Amino acid sequence: MSINMNPAMNRRSLIAGVTGLGAAGILAGCSDGGAAAEGSASAAAGGFKIGSIGPKTGATASYGISVTNGVELGCKDFSVDGLSFECKSEDSTGNAETAVNAYNTLVDWGMQALVGPTLTGPSVSVADQCNTDRTFMITPSASSEDVTAGKDCVFQICFTDPNQGRNAALFLAEKYADEKIAVIYNSGDAYSSGIYTAFTEQAKASKLQVVSEESFKDDSASSFNNQLTKAQAAGATLIFAPIYYTPASVLLTNAHDMGYDVTVMGCDGMDGILGVEGFDTSYAEGLLLMTPFSADDPASADFVKAYQDAYGETPDQFAADAYDGVHAVAEAIKKAGVTPDTAPEDSCEKLAAAMLEITVEGLTGTLSWNDKGQVEKDPTAFVIKDGKYVQA
Amino acid sequence: MNFLKDKVTRRDFITYGLVVAAFAVVSLLAAQGVIPRSLRGQLVPVTCYVVMAISLNLVVGVAGDLSLGHAGFMSVGAFSGIVTAMSLTEAIPDPAIRLAISMVVGALFAAVAGFLIGIPVLRLRGDYLAIVTLAFGEIIKEVVNCLIVGVDSTGLHVIFNVGGDKTVADLHLLEGGVAIIKGAQGASGTAKIATFAAGFVLVMITLVVVLNLVRSRAGRAIMAVRDNRIAAESVGLSVTKYRLIAFVVSAALAGAAGALYGANFSQLSPAKFDFNTSILVLVFVVLGGLGNMRGSIIAAVLLTILPEALRGFSDYRMLVYAIVLILVMLFTNNPQLKLLIGKIVPKREEAAAHGE
Repeated sequence: MSINMNPAMNRRSLIAGVTGLGAAGILAGCSDGGAAAEGSASAAAGGFKIGSIGPKTGATASYGISVTNGVELGCKDFSVDGLSFECKSEDSTGNAETAVNAYNTLVDWGMQALVGPTLTGPSVSVADQCNTDRTFMITPSASSEDVTAGKDCVFQICFTDPNQGRNAALFLAEKYADEKIAVIYNSGDAYSSGIYTAFTEQAKASKLQVVSEESFKDDSASSFNNQLTKAQAAGATLIFAPIYYTPASVLLTNAHDMGYDVTVMGCDGMDGILGVEGFDTSYAEGLLLMTPFSADDPASADFVKAYQDAYGETPDQFAADAYDGVHAVAEAIKKAGVTPDTAPEDSCEKLAAAMLEITVEGLTGTLSWNDKGQVEKDPTAFVIKDGKYVQA
Repeated sequence: MNFLKDKVTRRDFITYGLVVAAFAVVSLLAAQGVIPRSLRGQLVPVTCYVVMAISLNLVVGVAGDLSLGHAGFMSVGAFSGIVTAMSLTEAIPDPAIRLAISMVVGALFAAVAGFLIGIPVLRLRGDYLAIVTLAFGEIIKEVVNCLIVGVDSTGLHVIFNVGGDKTVADLHLLEGGVAIIKGAQGASGTAKIATFAAGFVLVMITLVVVLNLVRSRAGRAIMAVRDNRIAAESVGLSVTKYRLIAFVVSAALAGAAGALYGANFSQLSPAKFDFNTSILVLVFVVLGGLGNMRGSIIAAVLLTILPEALRGFSDYRMLVYAIVLILVMLFTNNPQLKLLIGKIVPKREEAAAHGE
C-alpha cells in the first residue's frame, strides 16, 4: 500500500500506461492500413469471394497455415479473365467456438464460398451453420463423416476416416497379404480411432493376419517401447499406424533403437514426417504411407515451386487439398454459370448441384463427389526411398 | 420504492437494471439487423461466460477459495445437458422447454460433482482446493473422452470405454437411434436449441441467486469465514458448511451455463473445457473485481468480444489482447483513478472493499 502513496510512482505508471495505449493505437493504425492495402492488392474489382478458416495460431497452427496458404495460392492461380477470386482467411485457433465466429466474420465480409475449416471438430460446427445459412462449403482436410452427414451443401476434398481405413486394408491385402500385421493407434484421437475401426473391419473381411492391436493416448505418445515389444513378441512384420507424424517419428525412432526391423505403414496424417525437427529421416526409409499428394511428383512441380516462392516452404497434403478445394469451386462455378453477382443462396444451390457433376483433375488425384458430399478418388500409396516419396 | 433507500439493495437493482437494459438494447438492434453477424453469433457464448464469471466470483471473490477447474463443471453440465436434450427430442418437441430441462439437469449433475469434490477438500486449509479443482478439470476431460453415449427407442445406451477398444458400433443402437457422445470426438451433430433470450434468463437467475445469497445470513457467514476463519469458528459457524454452500451453488450455475453453451453448437469436444478456459473465466473475475458481480459481467462481455473485435489486427490479435489486459490492470489499480472515481461516485470504496 505504501507504494501506492508514492506520487512519483503514480505518475510513472500513468505515463507508462498512456504510452502503452499510444503504442497500441499506432500498431492499430499500421495494421489496419496494411490489411486494407493487402485487400485491395489481391482483389480485382468484384471477384468471387472465397473464405478460408484454419488454426493460424496454437498447437495445430501448421495445418491451418498450410490450408490458408493453399487457398490463397489457389485463388491467385484460378483467377482468369472474367472470373477473379478474392480470398480472405480467418484464424480459428483450432476451437469450434472461434471457428464459428470466424465464419460469421467471413459472412459479414460477403463470402460466397468457404474452403475450410481445417480441423474436424470446428468443421462440424461450421458445416451445420453453413447448412442453415445456405453457404457453400468444401473442407480440405476435415475427415469425419459427421462433417457432411445430412448437409447437401457441404463437401470434402480428403477421404473420410472410415474410407482411409478400408483403403489401407485393401492395399495391404493386395500387396502385403503374407505379412503379420500389428496395429498401433491413438484411442484418444477421432482421426486415428476412426481409421482403426474401419481398418479392422476390412482386415477381417480381407483375411489379413492381424496379430496385435495396441492403443496409446496423447499423453503417453513419448514412448512406444511397450507397444513395439508386444508387436515384436507377436511376430509382427508390418505395423499399421494410422497416427500423426509427430508420434510416428517417436515410433520409428523407438523401433530403430530396439533393433526391430519392421515395415511401418501410415495414412495421410503421416505426411510431413520428413520435416520433423530432430528426427533422423534415415529411420523413415521404407515407410509406407497412403497420402494423396507428393511434393516430389513431377506433375505437381509447378504448384510446389509457386508455393515455395510464395511462402518459403514445401507444401504438404493440407496445402494441396486446399488448392484442390479452390480448383473444385472454380470448376463448379464454370459448370453452374454462377457469377460474383449471384445471390449467395442461389449460388449455393447451383454450386452444390454442379459439384455432383464435375470431375476435377487436381493435385491429389482425379476427384468427383457423391451425393453425400464425400470425395471419390483413387487412393495412392507412397514409400519413402532416399528421403523422397516414390509410388508404391 | 421504499426498499430502494437501502444502499446495497439499490446497487443490486442497478445491476439487474443494467442487464435488462443491455438485453433490451441488443435485442432491439438485432431485430433491426444493425448488429453484424460476427457479433450476433457471440451473444449466447457471451451469456454463458457471464454466468461462468458470476458463479466463479462467488467462490473466488465471496468465499475466498481459489478454484482452477471451473471449466470442468461447465463440461459436466454441457455433456449431461446435451444428452438430456437429445434424448428428449421426441418426448418434448418444444425446444425452449427442452433447453430449460437440459439446463436444470446440467446444473444438477455439476452440483453433485461439486458436492463430491467439496466434501473432502473444503475441510482442509490452504490451497488444496486450487490443486484438486485443477486435477478435476483434467479428469473430467479424460472421463468424457471415454464416454460413448447413444439413444434409441429402447432408451439410453452408455459405454464407459476405458480400454479404448469400444466404438459407437458397440452401443448396438436400433434403427433410428443416434449416437450423442462419441468418445474423443465429443458430441457432434447435436441440435442447436440455445437462444439469446434463454441466455438472458439464465444470467438474471444467476444474478438473483448469487446476489441474494451474498446478502443473506448464509452469505454473511461465508464472508466471515473468508475474512477470518478462526473468528468465524469461534462464534460457531461451520467453516466447511458455508464454503460448501458457495462452492456447490457456483458449480450448479456453471453446469447450467455449460448446458446452454453445449446447446449453442452442433459439435462439442471435451478438450474445449480445458485449463485455459478455467483461467479465462478466472481472468474475467480478477479483472472485474473480486466480489464485484457487476464488474464480472462487464469484464466477461468485453473480454469475450475483444478477441473477435480485434480480427482486423490479424496476426497481432492476441498481442493486442494481451496489451489491453495489461493496460486494464494498470488503470484499474491506479490510485489516482480510484481517487477520481471516488470523488464522482461517493461511497464507492465500500463496494471495492468487498474484494480485499
